[in-house]
Amino acid sequence: MTSKSREDAQHPPSRCPDNSAFKQQKLSAWQPELTPASVLSGFILIGVFCLTMGVCLILSARSVKEVQINYSDKCLNCSKLRENSSNWNTECLCSADFKLEEKIQGDVFMYYSLQNFYQNHRRYVMSRSNAQLLGRNTDIRNSNCAPFSTYRNGTPMAPCGAIANSMFNDTISLFYYTNLSTAIQVPLLKTGNSWWTDKYVKFHNPTSHNLTSAFAGTARPPYWQKPAYLLDEENERNNGYINDDFIIWMRVSAFHTFRNLHRRLSRTEQFADGLPAGNYTFHIFYNFPVSRFKGKKYLILSTVVWCGGSSLFLGIAYTVSGAVVMLAGFIITAIHLKLKKRKTYFQR
Amino acid sequence: MELCAQKRPPEDERRVKANARDYNEKFQYASNCIKTSKYNIVTFLPVNLFEQFQEVANTYFLFLLILQLIPQISSLSWFTTIVPLVLVLTITAVKDATDDYFRHKSDNQVNNRQSQVLINGTLQQEQWMNVRVGDIIKLENNQFVAADLLLLSSSEPHGLCYIETAELDGETNMKVRQAIPVTSELADTSRLAQFDGEVICETPNNKLDKFSGTLYWKENKYLLSNQNMLLRGCVLRNTEWCFGLVIFAGPDTKLMQNSGRTKFKRTSIDRLMNTLVLWIFGFLVCMGVILAFGNAIWEYKVGARFQMYLPWDTAVDSAAFSGFLSFWSYIIILNTVVPISLYVSVEVIRLGHSYFINWDKKMYCAKRRTPAEARTTTLNEELGQVEYIFSDKTGTLTQNIMVFSKCSVHGRSYGDVQDMLGHKAELGERPEPVDFSFNPLADPRFRFWDAGLLAAVQLGNPHVHEFFRLLSLCHTVMSEEKNEGELYYKAQSPDEGALVTAARNFGFVFRARTPKTITVHELGHAITYQLLAILDFNNVRKRMSVIVRNPEGKIRLYCKGADTILLERLHPANLELASITTDHLNEYAGEGLRTLVLAYKDLEEGYYGDWAERLRRASLAPDAREDRLARLYDEVEHDMMLLGATAIEDKLQQGVPETIAILTLANIKIWVLTGDKPETAVNIGYSCKMLTDDMTEVFVVTGHTVLEVREELRKAREKMMDGSRSMGNGFSCQEKLCSSKLPSVLEAIAGEYALVINGHSLAHALEADMELEFLETACACKAVICCRVTPLQKAQVVELVKKYKKAVTLAIGDGANDVSMIKTAHIGVGISGLEGIQAVLAADYSFSQFKFLQRLLLVHGRWSYLRMCKFLCYFFYKNFAFTMVHFWFGFFCGFSAQTVYDQYFITLYNIVYTSLPVLAMGVFDQDVPEQRSMEYPKLYEPGQLNLLFNKREFFICIAQGIYTSVLMFFIPYGVFADATRGDGAQLADYQSFAVTVATSLVIVVSVQIGLDTGFWTAINHFFIWGSLAVYFAILFAMHSNGLFQMFPNQFRFVGNAQNTLAQPIVWLTIALTTVVCIMPVVAFRFLKLDLKPELSDTVRYTQLVRKKQKTQHRCMRRVGRGGGGGPRGPRRSGYAFSHQEGFGELIMSGKNMRLSSLALSSFATRSSTSWIETLRKKKGGDSSNASSPSGGADKTLKV
Repeated sequence: MTSKSREDAQHPPSRCPDNSAFKQQKLSAWQPELTPASVLSGFILIGVFCLTMGVCLILSARSVKEVQINYSDKCLNCSKLRENSSNWNTECLCSADFKLEEKIQGDVFMYYSLQNFYQNHRRYVMSRSNAQLLGRNTDIRNSNCAPFSTYRNGTPMAPCGAIANSMFNDTISLFYYTNLSTAIQVPLLKTGNSWWTDKYVKFHNPTSHNLTSAFAGTARPPYWQKPAYLLDEENERNNGYINDDFIIWMRVSAFHTFRNLHRRLSRTEQFADGLPAGNYTFHIFYNFPVSRFKGKKYLILSTVVWCGGSSLFLGIAYTVSGAVVMLAGFIITAIHLKLKKRKTYFQR
Repeated sequence: MELCAQKRPPEDERRVKANARDYNEKFQYASNCIKTSKYNIVTFLPVNLFEQFQEVANTYFLFLLILQLIPQISSLSWFTTIVPLVLVLTITAVKDATDDYFRHKSDNQVNNRQSQVLINGTLQQEQWMNVRVGDIIKLENNQFVAADLLLLSSSEPHGLCYIETAELDGETNMKVRQAIPVTSELADTSRLAQFDGEVICETPNNKLDKFSGTLYWKENKYLLSNQNMLLRGCVLRNTEWCFGLVIFAGPDTKLMQNSGRTKFKRTSIDRLMNTLVLWIFGFLVCMGVILAFGNAIWEYKVGARFQMYLPWDTAVDSAAFSGFLSFWSYIIILNTVVPISLYVSVEVIRLGHSYFINWDKKMYCAKRRTPAEARTTTLNEELGQVEYIFSDKTGTLTQNIMVFSKCSVHGRSYGDVQDMLGHKAELGERPEPVDFSFNPLADPRFRFWDAGLLAAVQLGNPHVHEFFRLLSLCHTVMSEEKNEGELYYKAQSPDEGALVTAARNFGFVFRARTPKTITVHELGHAITYQLLAILDFNNVRKRMSVIVRNPEGKIRLYCKGADTILLERLHPANLELASITTDHLNEYAGEGLRTLVLAYKDLEEGYYGDWAERLRRASLAPDAREDRLARLYDEVEHDMMLLGATAIEDKLQQGVPETIAILTLANIKIWVLTGDKPETAVNIGYSCKMLTDDMTEVFVVTGHTVLEVREELRKAREKMMDGSRSMGNGFSCQEKLCSSKLPSVLEAIAGEYALVINGHSLAHALEADMELEFLETACACKAVICCRVTPLQKAQVVELVKKYKKAVTLAIGDGANDVSMIKTAHIGVGISGLEGIQAVLAADYSFSQFKFLQRLLLVHGRWSYLRMCKFLCYFFYKNFAFTMVHFWFGFFCGFSAQTVYDQYFITLYNIVYTSLPVLAMGVFDQDVPEQRSMEYPKLYEPGQLNLLFNKREFFICIAQGIYTSVLMFFIPYGVFADATRGDGAQLADYQSFAVTVATSLVIVVSVQIGLDTGFWTAINHFFIWGSLAVYFAILFAMHSNGLFQMFPNQFRFVGNAQNTLAQPIVWLTIALTTVVCIMPVVAFRFLKLDLKPELSDTVRYTQLVRKKQKTQHRCMRRVGRGGGGGPRGPRRSGYAFSHQEGFGELIMSGKNMRLSSLALSSFATRSSTSWIETLRKKKGGDSSNASSPSGGADKTLKV
């Protein structure tokens, strides 16, 4: 240190800037250039890739079998009944028949689909308490749940918020007519439909020796028929906040028309290969009114492939963009070749 | 430090009593402590925050923050605004704090300087800040004057003292101040301690050359003037000591009163940016209104029925009110179109560019050890748009060093540098200079390359002897001989210094002078001439003469002066010689040398006696003394014999002609504004190739009245238009068109013209009704030289061009007289040269050589502009692409102001994910290497024409941004609308959609910055790849279980990243979005490059080709200074002589000579201060003639 400071004293620090590449702006650098070769080959390559991708996607999507039943019209009377809130406790059953011309092979998924249901509305999206759903004992009055946070008498709702309150709660079962008169219920799986992280991280029931006591001191949301701990009476581990139907509902949709996975085909006995061809009926205990906001409800049976369901959009989009990119590549090549030599600034 | 900041009552007059601190205390005058800093530790935070919130942008974001706290409106968490805002405020505050720290440091340094104060009869060391008004302080040689002082007494005779005022007004020649006679005897401390005079004077003001006051002492009144004052900032020179009474201290001193707050300069990009931000703001409001209406309609038609599941907020009672609230909500989420980080990023980039300027080794002057300095960090990109340069001459273009370069003696020209074969040698291959070792008194620094002249001296050529004898006698130089043989000349004009030094080296050494004699060592023999008279120089006479009597008793008049004057006054016998000499003069003038003609005349004793008697009587005459003297001078300076001519080179700064040539090629117009005389200025114009003899015509406007000037300007325009018509370059304009659209016609004139305008003509030309005419004329000319302009006029000219031309102006100068124009121009550049530091202090950039200007503009400026433009384009693009997605989403979410992205993404997008790559581009990007910008000055043009960032480019960026946002929303929408995941689960949940859009946005803008970055340094690589990596790292961290467990209500996206990004369909969507967003851009860029390449593209392309072929061919156009081709057209005088009247009289009075060196007694006849009066009068008269008091006219040169 001292020797250095003495040195400094002898030679006053030079004010000459350092001769470093950084300070003199002479860093070595890669200067990419849009050369004809790279651009044109890039266009052709990307075009080919997109076209191939598009064809693959279209073929895959076309291989998906899908049945879609609109039951909001079929069950109009139930819907009317439900809209009168005094009838909340009366059950209303309606059924929808359909016929499978050919069998659906492989895993079959059952979705319900809602139209015009604005799950992506800002106030709707906010209206939940993640802490509560995590089983924590939080004061939900401070959360965004209002006005679905507490009853007038102060009893908190469990779960709170507009999302939970509006949970889709039609009870649906599917029957298969083995012959004209006998129908057997198609076995459907209620669990395993949600994300692992949702089921095991995001949602927890409050800890207690049993679920009933865990939800003691709270009340069900106003539109629910049953309290949260009775959502699945058959399976203790699919109950309360960790009920799969509830979890799926709580994962709000990005758009006002959406489909949520509801059940999966349990591939046992005659359904081991999937759904055989024949006549089917959906039995629906209608609880979820949609007609007031001009909503529509669908039930969908579908298989999936690697790229999802039957939607052709991505395939078509890829094909079209691939074609356009190729075409653009050819046009650019033509323009480039026609003008052959690169015009220079000086020639202008 | 606090005591500096007292508030004081306003003064009507100032009363100061010497040695009476108690008495002076009553008036609460400011102490001598100065304070330029703004904050201290306590006040920093509140004051700085207050200042920052005066910025519109910051207040706007504060307003947004407040909006976000209203729950019904809040569409975003509070931290999305507060994090960037705090970041911005912190960065600015840190910058302000460092600036202020350095101001504190310099204040402290100045305040703690020591000075000797007379307290209670003894001299005590005091810090400057403790000096009070009314104190008497002692100054010693070379000390800075601590405050504004009344000079009481000094070590020199008559209470004289010499000061240098470089820091005050930029003039380096010494000035004389004199104490009033009564106080000049108070030379010792005991007598001074008893001094109890009281000064009543004017209140503090900023007039440097005026002071009025009265001293009351011992019942007498003495008038005080500026001549008695020493101002703070001056340096005492050539005076051992002096005493002064402090009149004004600290902030009241004229120096501090003059250092007004500098105007805050904004660049044109700044102004454009502000306009655009306003437009964007308007656009934002429009979007808000559209969405608010949408919300109202939606709530009325749909939302009202949906109330079962989603009731309205309690405060909301109607759809219209909901719409109103949603307007504010949308203002909050869409505010990112006007990103707060824009201003900070721009500042950071400019700071980076400033550092590059400071670090540039090629702008470092080793001789003066000064690197270039960007003193303002906010103007860099404007350096790439300069169209007009206003340059000072002296010290900027020239070094203000005069070199005796050539001479013509009795019809023979000496001084051409010759090589072995006797040809004129080119510059750079000079042989050895002439050896002056025979002469022990020679100045070792003098260089001359023509041995012929010395040979002529040594052979005893009588003409050559007489020539040098004249040079050694006819001047007003003072000599000083500290040791035997060590001569120092004090010349008041550098030309004289050069001439006398030349004579000295050739063996005619001017050794000493008394008021009546001049001693010259002529080739080793000391000869003393009797000095009979000095016929002083003035601007009308343009000549000076001395009349001497040589030891043999012969009386001879020696005269030197302008060729135009002297050649008319020669004896007819000189006709032939005169014509040869004229040829030589033409040659010299063509090379831009400053010429003088020398002549002599023998006077008969009788005639002289008679003339001297008349002179004596005239000089005592009470009235019209000047005229009588002039007539007498005129009479005797007639029928002279021609001796020859001298040519002095006004040394240019290094590389000036080359720089001017390159800047001209870059389409930058250079105007020279100088306080110097027209002759000198024109000479320099020629020598730095602004003016050439090939020019069609050089208009010289010298009119004294409005009408004359108007007429001259009109004639000039007519000539130019005639010229272009007669050239007939297919440019035939109808008369009507010509008269109606004069400027456009003049823009396109053919031929090269130049305009030289004089100070008093300029004064008329700058009047409101003529300024446009002047501007049109001047702008049509290739070169414009304004001479004899005052500092104010310099500023007016700059202002004029700024006002009407809408062009970016740059002023460059080195003296205090350039300060006004430096402050007025868009960019001020100070040459840190010899003339003090006032110009540098006022300037935005400073360096020490004019030639660095080309690098500053063509390399740094060009790059800065390019980088800033690319930065802005990209910045607006990325924010529109980011924000407009919310707008489209609004149509699908019931206009409820639901954001598309996670709130953390919104917070971090501008400050983390996308900030560094674009900053790296903004700091490091280069389109062509620096050498190419010098080789192809045309590369500079896009900046001048504003091509890279203007409203059109802005709209293109915006359009691109909106296009990207459309795809960014609708492609994922199309994919997600009724799709499912590969495992059958729902795909279209809000959070997955948010992650998909955000990821594709980050990827698209990263690819886009990759396309925009033309110069991928390691740093760019690091930032671009790093940003992507950081995005994914933060994404996974934010969506991790741990954070969710801690803050379940804040980090709601738990598990989203790994679930969504595991889906092939999501990646396919991202890939498609990227392809569709980027490919059109690539196609357009390629086509533009292919079909309509810019010059820079071509240069880069040829560079690539060249690199491949490994061949080299230079295309540099060398611009030399070679003086090829003789002058054509009419003869042009090369006369230029910077000299000031009055010194002849001063010498004859002996007042400036030391008492010891001469017997003064015989000269006491004249009144003791008359010469000072004369000097001042002359000077005053000069400056009232609209000339600059400084300029190049009067500077001391010590030879």
